Amino acid sequence: MTTKHLERPGTNRGARHYRPPGQLGGRTPLNGTFKRRATIVGFLAPALIVLAAFVGWPMISALQLSFTDASGFGTPEFVGLENYLRVFTDPDIVQSMGNTALYAVLFTPVAIVVALLLALVINSPRLPFRGFFRSTLFLPFIVSLAVAAFAWSYLLDPQVGLLNYWLQAVGIRIGNVLQDPVLAMPTVVLVAVWKNFGFYMVIFLAGLQEIPTSLYEAAQLDGANGWKRFTNVTFPMLSNTMAFVVIVALIAALQAFDQIYILTSGGPYRSTETIVMQIYQSGFKDLDLGFASALSYVLLIVTLLLSLAQFLFFGRRGKDTES
Amino acid sequence: MTTLAHPRVLTASRAAVGRRRRDPARWIFFAAFLLVTLAIMLPVIIIVLTAFKPASEVNAYPPTLFPHQWTLDNFQAIFSELPFARLILNSFGFAGGVTVFALVFDSLAAYALARLDFRGSRILLIVIIASLMIPFQATLIPIYQLVSQLGWVNTFAGLIAPRAADAFGIFFLRQFFVSLPRDLDNAARIDGASEWRVFRSVVLPNAVPALLTLGIFTFVNNWNDLLWPLVFTTDQEMGTITSGLTLLTGPGGIIPQGVMMAGALIAVLPLAIMFLLVQRRFIESVASTGLK
Repeated sequence: MTTKHLERPGTNRGARHYRPPGQLGGRTPLNGTFKRRATIVGFLAPALIVLAAFVGWPMISALQLSFTDASGFGTPEFVGLENYLRVFTDPDIVQSMGNTALYAVLFTPVAIVVALLLALVINSPRLPFRGFFRSTLFLPFIVSLAVAAFAWSYLLDPQVGLLNYWLQAVGIRIGNVLQDPVLAMPTVVLVAVWKNFGFYMVIFLAGLQEIPTSLYEAAQLDGANGWKRFTNVTFPMLSNTMAFVVIVALIAALQAFDQIYILTSGGPYRSTETIVMQIYQSGFKDLDLGFASALSYVLLIVTLLLSLAQFLFFGRRGKDTES
Repeated sequence: MTTLAHPRVLTASRAAVGRRRRDPARWIFFAAFLLVTLAIMLPVIIIVLTAFKPASEVNAYPPTLFPHQWTLDNFQAIFSELPFARLILNSFGFAGGVTVFALVFDSLAAYALARLDFRGSRILLIVIIASLMIPFQATLIPIYQLVSQLGWVNTFAGLIAPRAADAFGIFFLRQFFVSLPRDLDNAARIDGASEWRVFRSVVLPNAVPALLTLGIFTFVNNWNDLLWPLVFTTDQEMGTITSGLTLLTGPGGIIPQGVMMAGALIAVLPLAIMFLLVQRRFIESVASTGLK
């Protein structure tokens, strides 16, 4: 976020205080300083109190916890950087970080390509019943990941799974993908892509509808074919939308939990154990709160760094268009 | 080339509607995409169809798509396996409660940030946006501790309070409020309306699409959330549908898949109905708000 477009359009940048327009003669309800302040505080207080109590304070508290051996029982003792050292040396944790990275690398591009392709088809004026497709393809997004994961594991069941059966009928044997150390991760990613593409698709649709048709007409007059029109008009005009979807997808990937919990619980052989699975495991199963907090902070820092990198990368390109 | 193409392009756009209807390529395109859509929807189709299969068919080999014999046994079974009515009620209480509070608190704060220029409003907005980057999991443990210190474990207050305001919602609504014409509220102010009055009678009625969108997002996300109800509710009576269903698949949970799918279908139904009722406005307002 540049501070630039946080400014309301038409506001004089120097004028910080609310100044009633001249014709009001400066007599508005907000003119009295005390009353004005009270009003502002009144509007902000409920949300800020909740955010301070349940976002701000827990952040500070998690930081404190991460330097202790807190376990929910007795008095936590200060252990310095021990938890953080463990995060980077414990082979299990290092593996779960690798898994999380692998998950993000698989999920983000696949989800975005699928969402964009479907958005392009639905946006095409040649397609009849676009409204039907738009709402049908959005449905997976409102099915909970937990519920969707049941359906998928049933479809993929090696004995009675319909998908396995159909694939076998055409000569493809995939076996028990959820118990396969190599295939488990791609399967979990597939389920997540299936669940989330609808949301990204709608955002792409919104972006596509904002592209002026005159640009396409001009490109057509210049003899640009479909692919050229996509690379020279659609894609550049979508850069803002793309930036938003990339970061949302990446953050979602780093926080993957539900489908892994249901489908594999991190197995087989820890091949789908991600950082959030590990936080859940250490924090709520092993009651190793200090360590889980350290792990959380590492995740927080990685997320912030990625968001910052993404912002620096895309922030330059889409500067002229308001987001 | 250009001169030749020019008239053709114009006629194409004008006569397009009439010609498209008879265009066979268009219907082949439609049929192909319908197949793709059906393939994508297979898991949803499976949930619906399996829910109506008798136990003997669910695990039969070779597996079939449609039930040979339709039955409602699975729906009866899910209510005897779980305190299912109670879980549905809890889900409505949790997701509905969060939605109501978040809409009220977020819109108030968003109004102040969008309309009441005050010293530090920009910094405050940046802090709020930055807090969006914080993974919920990173603060889960202290939130749990705070809630348990307040004595709110296994209560609705404890389930709802941590989500009663949400940085995304504040940002989302603020973007929408900023885009409303400033003359609207200034006119009301000239007439002597208080800020509260301007907010309630001028800004809010104009923000219905944005509130609706945010409301659905919030409701769906919380209805479907697994991690928070899972760690927060130790008492099964306080669980939500989503967390309740996962209990069935946990270790040793040898619940027939048909029963599970019946539960899943019931869990999705309120969301599906809600979404279908408002989907047109919903998708349009995602398009028209700051969510880009």
